Amino acid sequence: MERAAVLGRLNWQLATVVELVDETMRTKSIVLDPPEWAGHRAGQHVDVRLTAEDGYQAQRSYSIASAPQDGRLVLTVELLDDGEVSPYLVDELRAGDQLELRGPIGGYFVWEESLGGPLLLLGGGSGIVPLRSMLRHHNAIGSNVPARLLYSSRALDDVIYRDELARLAASDEVDIRFTLTRESPEGWGGYRRRIDRELLEEVAWPPSDRPLVYICGPTGFVETAASGLVALGHEPGRIRTERFGPTGG
Amino acid sequence: MDALDGNAIAGLLFDVFGAEMTTATSACASCGAAGRLAELQVYLRAPGTVACCRTCGSIQMVLVTIRGITCVDLRGVDVLEPAAS
Repeated sequence: MERAAVLGRLNWQLATVVELVDETMRTKSIVLDPPEWAGHRAGQHVDVRLTAEDGYQAQRSYSIASAPQDGRLVLTVELLDDGEVSPYLVDELRAGDQLELRGPIGGYFVWEESLGGPLLLLGGGSGIVPLRSMLRHHNAIGSNVPARLLYSSRALDDVIYRDELARLAASDEVDIRFTLTRESPEGWGGYRRRIDRELLEEVAWPPSDRPLVYICGPTGFVETAASGLVALGHEPGRIRTERFGPTGG
Repeated sequence: MDALDGNAIAGLLFDVFGAEMTTATSACASCGAAGRLAELQVYLRAPGTVACCRTCGSIQMVLVTIRGITCVDLRGVDVLEPAAS
């Protein structure tokens, strides 16, 4: 049957944990070496599956944090207190362990240079992860597409990839802005509030510049950012969203 | 429970359809609104997985996996168009 030939399958495979990197108190990056990996596109995710001794399985999706050019697969996982999967990944997993995963998955929340820009990335909390992949990709290919990131965190200690983003912010390549919603240190030069219409108006290019927007974070953050941009006159068709939730634990 | 979106079921949809489906478009059987599957409102533990129209809230898809078999109810979908590749 001709049709069957074009149908694909996502196969589960056991990837070896190469390294674990503490990003914040509650997040860890997991560097993986999967036996079969044909590469990914910036913004895609993988499904991770844990199997207990009694056969019980729990499965979650985690965004890929590395760029396609990085040559290694990195996931960044946030510990959720009531989570079923993240406590194991953040607290128990060790280098040399094997982790069952499949992917890369997804084709919607993906940025490639052919899609153009200007590229506006809005991240809340661990929603930064796929956006970081896009920024690393943008950097790795030396893209001339103007790029800007607004990253909302509760406090400075919750900022994932803090040093890397600070380095990028200091370069002329991308414009990176932070907002801290709960507590900010004295002398903090970034914003100090939750995203709202005024903040979006200040950070986003004018609607006439037709920025291509990627928003990732908790559902409330994504809804506020997306509806705020539409209210400002941005085209809904140029806004792509990905929601994280406690069900992702 | 906050709803997620169709990105969260990209793997499950790939299982069912054998292809990347978050960039495919569905038209709602209730209100007629068309949108990418990535933009559906998704509840992961409804029980089962329930995907609703972001415009009118009507259920478009219900997917329930038991013992390795996934039952798929697409009665809420009027038209399903794969993404142009």
